[in-house]
Amino acid sequence: MLHSIVLVKQVPDTANISGKVMNDDGTVNRSKLPAVLNSEDRTALELALQIRDRFGGRITVLSMGPPRASDVLRECLYMGADAACLVSDRKFAGADTLATSYVLSRAVRKLAPYDLVFAGRQAIDGDTAQVGPQTAEKLGITQITYTQSILDINAGMITAKRRIDGGYEVLQARLPTLLTVIKGAAQPRPFSAKRLMAFKNARTLIDLEKLVEDNSLLYLDKLVEECQKHNLYIDTFTADELDIQPERCGLKGSPTRVYKIDSVVLAGRDKQNIEPSRDGLAGLVDALVRDHILG
Amino acid sequence: MTENNNDVWVFIEQRDGKAADVSFELLCKGRKLAEAMQSRLVAIVMGHDVASIAAETFDYGADEAILISDPALEHYRTGPYERQVVELVRDRRPRIALFGATIIGRDLAPRIASATQSGLTADCTDLQIADVVYLRQTFSRLLLQIRPAFGGNIIATIITPDTHTQMATVREGVMELLPVEHPRQTLITSVEYKPDPTDALVTIIERHREESKNNLKGAPIVVAGGYGLGTKDNFRLIHELAKVLGAEVAGTRAAVDAGFVPSERQVGQTGLTIRPKLYIAIGISGAIQHRAGMQESNKIVAINVDPEAPIFDVAHYGIVGDAMDVIPKLIEAYKSRLK
Repeated sequence: MLHSIVLVKQVPDTANISGKVMNDDGTVNRSKLPAVLNSEDRTALELALQIRDRFGGRITVLSMGPPRASDVLRECLYMGADAACLVSDRKFAGADTLATSYVLSRAVRKLAPYDLVFAGRQAIDGDTAQVGPQTAEKLGITQITYTQSILDINAGMITAKRRIDGGYEVLQARLPTLLTVIKGAAQPRPFSAKRLMAFKNARTLIDLEKLVEDNSLLYLDKLVEECQKHNLYIDTFTADELDIQPERCGLKGSPTRVYKIDSVVLAGRDKQNIEPSRDGLAGLVDALVRDHILG
Repeated sequence: MTENNNDVWVFIEQRDGKAADVSFELLCKGRKLAEAMQSRLVAIVMGHDVASIAAETFDYGADEAILISDPALEHYRTGPYERQVVELVRDRRPRIALFGATIIGRDLAPRIASATQSGLTADCTDLQIADVVYLRQTFSRLLLQIRPAFGGNIIATIITPDTHTQMATVREGVMELLPVEHPRQTLITSVEYKPDPTDALVTIIERHREESKNNLKGAPIVVAGGYGLGTKDNFRLIHELAKVLGAEVAGTRAAVDAGFVPSERQVGQTGLTIRPKLYIAIGISGAIQHRAGMQESNKIVAINVDPEAPIFDVAHYGIVGDAMDVIPKLIEAYKSRLK
């Protein structure tokens, strides 16, 4: 049975920055941005769902992130994923793409066997497009980046069309392979109302631990068992369960360091105001012709 | 493993035997970095029958070209390219390796960084060499990798203090193309291609590409429209003005998303970066993502109904007014000037 693992990320919604999230000095207050499922990851999940519709199989969504990332995993379950898995540990904090791909590759191995790994091309908070290829490298598998469509899966081979600079190419790859998916590859389906009702109580281990902390009448083991019985348990892995070398994850495992952050300040130019009248515009044309820019 | 060295490498990307502009732009930047570090600039050229590209790299300041030429490398494929470059990096230990932030560069660079455990920063808008004090430790001549982050709201300077090879990708058009007047040595080092059974895991069964149809990149005058124009019908005025001025048409990401203009004409952080003699921005608010692609233009004229639009902060000439009203008047003014 075809097993697809879809890598998803919860990202701050940088595409919709409104006045509410701005600091007085004009910079963005990141903590106030709503957290959403990265859009190209949603497209990747849709493509995986379409593959399951055509060829059968099952889909596991996987995310590395803080405890609240369980929100986006639930969204993936509403869309149709069969299972979800959260990888979360304080040791992972501050990870760059290299450390992130290391942890993800360990988690993918834990979920093996698998045939396909899907990921969005890039996340809107970093736009690096690096985690997909780096995860593939760490898994020792091939990759098809910038995937536009999947044409066929047959006899252990996938045929996919990908964008290249100035055109496209069609690649045939032996499974397993990792695909990164671009916007436009598929139109993500809405949540199924039935699935929303079914999975709105899906919980990670961390979610359940919080419940237990707040209520002394609850027992963790029982809760986990109960959730598992109803298919509402989101697998939760920490560093220990993934057999991870601590020096390769989080800030420690990240070769890139932020040395300096500057807020963008608009540099005002000596702008000349032109009246939108015939005379004003004639003056502008004259000035541009005089500077040998027009004419 | 050989000793570390301080070389600056540029991966020269070729498509159908023609080098990508961004690769030569990177050589020009790499030349400056190599001078600041008192080291050498090395071009990595891969493909089939690409000795002429290797020779071209000296015009942009390369001290050495490492050439791997083989029919198997005719078209870019992740596996063989990755294997060859990783082996070179492990053997020769460059201090800096630069790639174009193209589809090929963004496919290849992360795999090399992962395989060699190097730091990699994507889409840098500037690169500098500087002595750095980080966490009370002094590092001499580090590569400062400067890029917009967080949707363009901040500019981050990234360093990779603990890995020997510092890697970065840079978008096309961001670095200036300045051929050197007196090319240096012409040292071409040929390296033999080694096939591997894993090469057969992925095959190209169809390929279609054409050179960009528009001349936006090198156009001296560009007329660009934004979402502020409202409708595709209104966008026709942009074409009209461009036609009269002998200019190329461009658009913002929002204008592309709205279907006003095709995506290959998008200017900005996720589109083209251009620096024409004259850039006329019409109905464009001036988000930083757009400005990143045009603010180096020689002269910028902005037309917008909103006097507070940030585009006016980078404009040399600002016109507050409705495009539907201003454009016809501007066309008229230009035509009567020509008479």
